[in-house]
Order: sequence, then C-alpha cells, then structure tokens
Amino acid sequence: MKHALYGLVVIAATATVAMAAETAPTDVKFEDGAVGASLGPAGDAANGRKVFANRKLGNCLACHVNSDLAEQPFHGEVGPPLDGVADRWSEAELRGIVVNAKNLFEGTIMPAFYISEGYNRPLKDFAGTPVLTAQEVEDVVAYLMTLKEQ
Amino acid sequence: MRLTKISAMAFAALIAGAGVATADESAELSIEGKTIPTRAEAPAYLENIDEVISGWVYRSDETQTLQADDFDNPAFVFVDTGADLFAEADGSAGKSCKDCHENVEDFAGLTTTLPRVNEAGELETLTDLVNECRTERMGAEPWKYSGTQMTAVTALIGLQSRGMPVNVAVDGPAAPFWEKGKELYYTRVGQLDLACANCHEDNYGNMIRADRLSQGQINGFPTYRLKNAKLNSVHGRFKGCMTNVRATPYKEGSDEFEALELYVASRGNGLAIETPSVRN
Ligand code: HEC
Ligand code: HEC
Repeated sequence: MKHALYGLVVIAATATVAMAAETAPTDVKFEDGAVGASLGPAGDAANGRKVFANRKLGNCLACHVNSDLAEQPFHGEVGPPLDGVADRWSEAELRGIVVNAKNLFEGTIMPAFYISEGYNRPLKDFAGTPVLTAQEVEDVVAYLMTLKEQ
Repeated sequence: MRLTKISAMAFAALIAGAGVATADESAELSIEGKTIPTRAEAPAYLENIDEVISGWVYRSDETQTLQADDFDNPAFVFVDTGADLFAEADGSAGKSCKDCHENVEDFAGLTTTLPRVNEAGELETLTDLVNECRTERMGAEPWKYSGTQMTAVTALIGLQSRGMPVNVAVDGPAAPFWEKGKELYYTRVGQLDLACANCHEDNYGNMIRADRLSQGQINGFPTYRLKNAKLNSVHGRFKGCMTNVRATPYKEGSDEFEALELYVASRGNGLAIETPSVRN
C-alpha cells in the first residue's frame, strides 16, 4: 500500500511539471485536419510503441494491423493497416489524426485521443479527460513517424 | 493500396501464428438434427444492411460446436435450474409458475414477439412478464434483472421458441419505443464516442483486437459466455458494450434499455431464436 501511494505521488508530481508546457485539449489548433505544433513534450518513440499496444492506453491494435508489433497477438481490421504510415502522412497530419481524427476523416469510428469535451455520458472516471496525455500523444506520433517502408 | 495488400497478408500470418480460432462463416447450425437458419433477408426498415446474421456465425469453430449439441452446451445446466425454479412454489400465494403454466412448452413462440406493448401502453420484456407473475400472482419478491434465477427461467422459456423466427412489432403502439431505441442505437456515447452502429452495423465481420464483431443480434439470449461461465442477459450485454466505450450505461430494466432491446430485436426480425446460445 505504501509503495502504491508513493508511486502515485511521483506520477502526480511528474504530471504537474509536464503540464506547465502542455497545450490543453481545448487549445489545440487544427489546420486541414493537421496539428503542426507539438503539444509540448518531446516524443519518445519507444514509449509510443508501448502506448500504441496497451489496451488501457492507445489500444490502437484494436483496430489497426501493424507488422512492427508482430509479437503482439490480435491486430484488428476496423481501420487501415498502419505499415508505412509515415510515408503517407506528415508528422502534423499524424498528430491531427491521433488528437482528433474526425477533423480529417468525417464521421470516422476512430476515437479522438486528445479531447476533453464533446462526448456524451462518459463514465465518471473519464469525464473531462482525454484518453491520452499530451506526452503519450507525442510519444505515439514519434512512434508512427518510424513506420516507414520507403 | 499496395501497402494495404501486403499488410493484409501479414495480418493473416499473425492470426495463424497466434493460433486464433477463426470463424467458419459458412457453417450451418444444426441442433438435435434440426437445422436452424442463421441468416435471413433484412427487414425493409434496415437501411444499411441487406442480410441479418446470427452472432453464432462469427464465433470460433469450438464455440460454434458447443452450441450445436444440447449435451455439450453449458447453458443447459442453467436451463435445468430454470426448470426446477419453474416448478418451485414461492411467495405468499404458495404457488409456482407451473401451477398456472402447466406445460412450459406452451410458451413456444412467446419470445419471438418480445418486447411488445401491453394493454396499458407500456413496453414489456420477458423479464417484466416473469416479475409481474412473481409480484402480482405469487406474492413473491421480484428477481434481480440479471440474477441467476431470472436468466435461468428466461432461458427455459426462450428455449421453447428455438428455431422460430423473431417477429417483434415495430409499428402501431410500438412505434414510439422503436424510434427511441433506434436513436439510442445510432447515438455515440462515452469517452471513445462510439455508437452501437459503428461496431455492429459498419464493422460486423471485422476483428476488433481479439474479437470478431457480429451484428450484435439478441436472438440467442440469454447467452452463455465462456468468459464468465454463466448466462448473460440482454441488458447485461448492452451494459458491457457501453462500459467498453467508457460510457455510463443505462440501468438494466430501464426505459432506455427496453426501447433499445425492442429496436435491436427488430434488427433480427426473421432470424431464428437460438436461446440459449454460446459465446466467448
Ligand atoms: C475503433 C477503431 C480505431 C481505433 C481504436 C484507432 N483507429 Fe486509427 N483509424 C481507424 C479508421 C477506421 C481509420 C480510417 C479513417 C476512416 O476512413 O474513418 C483510421 C485511420 C488512422 C490513420 C491514417 C491511416 C492511413 O493510412 O490513412 C492513422 C495514422 C491512425 N488511424 C492511427 C491510429 C492510432 C495511433 C491509434 C491509437 C492511438 C488509432 N489509430 C486507433 C480506426 C481506429
Ligand atoms: C467498440 C465496439 C462496440 C460497440 C460500440 C458496441 N459493441 Fe456490442 N459487442 C462488441 C463486441 C467486440 C462484441 C463481442 C463479439 C460480438 O458478438 O460481436 C459485442 C457483442 C454484442 C452483443 C452480443 C451478440 C451475440 O450474438 O451474442 C450484443 C447484443 C451487442 N454487442 C449489442 C450492442 C449494443 C446494443 C451496443 C450499443 C449500446 C453495442 N453493442 C456497442 C463491440 C461493441
């Protein structure tokens, strides 16, 4: 119990530090579905790879095939395969897609990962919060930028 | 497009590698020598779907097989419990269901028409009917919506209609309930902002992580799930799907879920009742 609490304090502290330089979900500026400016934190592709696969975080594998994560079983087929996705989209576009894909793909099933309002009846624990933190979004974007085939 | 193709192959290899049991979508369901159709022409009011398809079609070979034999179907343990409960006196009137309904077989056809609007103008489900008998005629406590007793007895009653086509009324007095259910079906909810239709209309047949999406039909309910080794109610399933998209679910037995149940049942009009079905 003591350890768990300690862990929480550390996370909370890191979050506060990081938040100072972060763009809040409601302040993200879109241009043609893309988000040019970083949300603040520098992206860490290795962690982005983990966020991508984690069922409680990105869970991107729920809908996308990604050969780079072949060691993970069960890749979904709801969205397009993401192999070589960085050849098709710029970093700004990829950030836009992760933050809120609905701006680029109207009516898409793909959830917005960095909005804090505009959804109905959220479970209490998720109300007013985005699925991913600014750091996690940047990590995922950095990771997506590594998915090149050319 | 080239890339998509290569990835699709990689995906197939992944599936094979992980040893995922793939569904045989052309398999035919035959139980005790009787063929049960698992596909039907979609009713005209389904604008985006031509064929309605049972969830059985999308399950793995192993799960499909379990439902094809009543002896192997784990739901039948609960159906037997249902039969015991059906004959057990309870409440201040000292009566059992059997005292008024001598042959449970007489319920054949009932679940094909439920939910329906009663004379008082209320939408009623099988669960409502059972609890009405308990409170009004037996002087007994109502059973919990998804409790073992309720799911056991509704499975027993549903079984009597197995093989008969779903045929709920959507017009007349049912129309306003149906409209309300339809609206719920297409309304996005939760932090993930998804509607039933996003998964069960736009993506049935597709894998979503480890699960193959079906049309989300309810012709097999209550359904035995290998995941929790018990019978699961319709509203319990709705609740689960809403929670998965991080939405606050409506209450089991609520007006919202009853309207949604009518609408979802109507999306399966023409499909055969499969109660009690087996799912993962
Ligand atoms: C519930 C399904 C779903 C989830 C979860 C999901 N996506 Fe998507 N994604 C889609 C669909 C569908 C599209 C295609 C856009 C469209 O037509 O709607 C898409 C498109 C994309 C694209 C553009 C791909 C291309 O080649 O055009 C990228 C990049 C992407 N998603 C990344 C992600 C990332 C990263 C995550 C997790 C943080 C994620 N997706 C989670 C469904 C999903
Ligand atoms: C994010 C995707 C998703 C959404 C949104 C969703 N479901 Fe589901 N649902 C599933 C999955 C996955 C399963 C299990 C596989 C299957 O049977 O489709 C399932 C199963 C079901 C089943 C069981 C089908 C059977 O044959 O046993 C029903 C009924 C159902 N869903 C209804 C609904 C309703 C009603 C809604 C809206 C309130 C809804 N679902 C929203 C993913 C979803």
